Amino acid sequence: MDVSDRPGPIQRVRRIWTFRELLVNLTRKELKIKYKNSALGFVWSLLNPMLYLVVFYLVFTYFIPASIPYFPIFLLSGLLPYNLFSAGLGGGTTSIVGNAGLVGKVWFPREILPLASIGAAVVHFGLQLAVLTGALVVFRYQPAWSYLPLLVPALVTLLVLLAALAMTLAAVNVYARDTQHLLELVLLAWFWMTPIVYPYAQVREKIGDWALLNPLTPVVLAMQRAIWGSHVVTIGVTNKTPKQLTALPDVGQWWYLRNLGVLFVISVGLLFFAFWVFGRLEDNLSENI
Amino acid sequence: MNASIEIDNVSKHFKLNHARADSLKERVINLRRKTTHEEFWALRDVTIHVNSGETVGLLGHNGSGKSTLLKCVAGIMRPTSGTIRKRGRTAALLELGSGFHGDLTGRENIYMNGSILGLSRVDIDRIFDDIVDFSEIEDFIDNQVKHYSSGMAARLGFAVAVNVDPEILLVDEVLSVGDEAFQRKCLDRIKQFQRDGRTILLVTHAVDLVRQICDRAAVLDHGNLVAFGAPGEAALAFREHLRKKGAEVPHDLNDPTLLRNLEVEIRGAQVVYPRPESAYIHPSDPVQIRVDYLAPERVDDIVFSIAIFDQDGKMLIGTNSDLMGDDPGSIDGEGTCIFEFDRFPVLDGVYLVHLGIHSHDGGVVYDQREGQETVVVLSEGRDVGLVHFPVRAHIEARATPISG
Repeated sequence: MDVSDRPGPIQRVRRIWTFRELLVNLTRKELKIKYKNSALGFVWSLLNPMLYLVVFYLVFTYFIPASIPYFPIFLLSGLLPYNLFSAGLGGGTTSIVGNAGLVGKVWFPREILPLASIGAAVVHFGLQLAVLTGALVVFRYQPAWSYLPLLVPALVTLLVLLAALAMTLAAVNVYARDTQHLLELVLLAWFWMTPIVYPYAQVREKIGDWALLNPLTPVVLAMQRAIWGSHVVTIGVTNKTPKQLTALPDVGQWWYLRNLGVLFVISVGLLFFAFWVFGRLEDNLSENI
Repeated sequence: MNASIEIDNVSKHFKLNHARADSLKERVINLRRKTTHEEFWALRDVTIHVNSGETVGLLGHNGSGKSTLLKCVAGIMRPTSGTIRKRGRTAALLELGSGFHGDLTGRENIYMNGSILGLSRVDIDRIFDDIVDFSEIEDFIDNQVKHYSSGMAARLGFAVAVNVDPEILLVDEVLSVGDEAFQRKCLDRIKQFQRDGRTILLVTHAVDLVRQICDRAAVLDHGNLVAFGAPGEAALAFREHLRKKGAEVPHDLNDPTLLRNLEVEIRGAQVVYPRPESAYIHPSDPVQIRVDYLAPERVDDIVFSIAIFDQDGKMLIGTNSDLMGDDPGSIDGEGTCIFEFDRFPVLDGVYLVHLGIHSHDGGVVYDQREGQETVVVLSEGRDVGLVHFPVRAHIEARATPISG
């Protein structure tokens, strides 16, 4: 094995596969550390979306009647993939700096670290999805069964995109520690620029399908369409001429799949770019940490 | 087993920023100011080939680049130029207990560490008991590692590394930690590895260890490979470098830690080896240490003292002219005090000479000189330890065999 050269993308993927056991262990470690010395442990991960569910149900049923029907379901459908993205990217960005002890002392493919952060975020996502499923059962809410398979390509695409961004930022953050702080702001802005608390129809009214340029949008839309379904909402309540529109484009599964497909291809391209950047930044990684 | 390490023309360049600009803001602010950074080569064009089944030692003082080289071989650092090729599964012990996470239990850390070395859960299950046995911490295996003593963590680290069945073992100074019994156990395991034909690259500054277990040794100095050969040769080259380094240390007259009134001044000191062509002695050789002094005015109360220290700062002998029953009475002007050693019965090492001139009660120190001269001892045998005891072994066979 040549340890002095930069490995190519294919070799990197192969190495990650060899070290899958480490990926699992690091993921487990991350989860364990997060809830160390806490009595409730994983329950905390469940409580977060539960609280969202209860609060939004109360607020938008009794205090500010929302124009979106079944608002808590709508919100969680979009919030969950965003949470996955934000937790994975946030954790991934600090993963190399945060594991300085490991990076300076032992060798393993460094990209395992951001990937393990994503792994931990996926586990949380699973727990939150369980809460959402529970809510569907409790409210006797039927998801859009024919759209449900969209969840798979949506998640796969999101994970590829997440891996590409997290790897790049993890390496950049070693050299410029401001990255992690800047990211917090960017993620906050990103949340409000993604149709999570408001329906896509509202953005589409203003700028058309250009809104799909936000890479989170196709994923969020697929989730919302599959779980929340399609309902008519009133847009522009404060205007003189409010409109009745379907919240999500009602043009069949293919439209959603096409969006995800385009995003997937771009994400794979980004992933190769991330491998390249990571390889370059890796040259002086352990002495800069 | 055919594991080997090929290090070819490896250089590593470091850029040390004096004030690290770690954030974008600092970078932007410092954009126009010329950043002050120090650049240096931690390794320069180093070529070392370690053959399959060979144990090679890397000798060098602090900052010689030996640990950087080991990190490059381990893959932790990437050389700026040159290539490193390894054949065989590698386990690196750069610091015992490295890669352990304090919040995880010993058991969890074993699995974590094993997977860092590329093992699967099943692989680790198989060697788990061996690891625990070797580390001798059965009772604490389910406690968090942060509650372990450093010795316990070190034991666990070594236990994992040697039980994962590596073909190449990289070791950095780790044999210097832990209690003596454990050190011996580690050494035994390393010797077992050698018998198994595994390849070992070992970083150390302990010349004894190199002579004891290495097939060959390399000496690094300021990133350059200055010697690579048989352990004895390398050990000698290492000593030469230490000696030169010692000689370069300027005598700082303004050193405030030295209380000297200079009524008598040490003008110079010299170690006189019996063979002028070689700057070392064997333990059975005589050696002279000459101290040239100058007393501008007559001094009546005077004692010359000498002490020999080893590298760890342990005093081997401290004596003076008074104790040896030689009172010079009074001195005036220039002269030389000669300490004659009939033998120097210590094993391999560079020994530091402390010299002093003071009054009988020690209340007045005229001058002193600490560790500027060294005595280099090279023992002919392969004995280990500190003292060169003249010892022989006789085997007396009984006239009539007991069996048969």
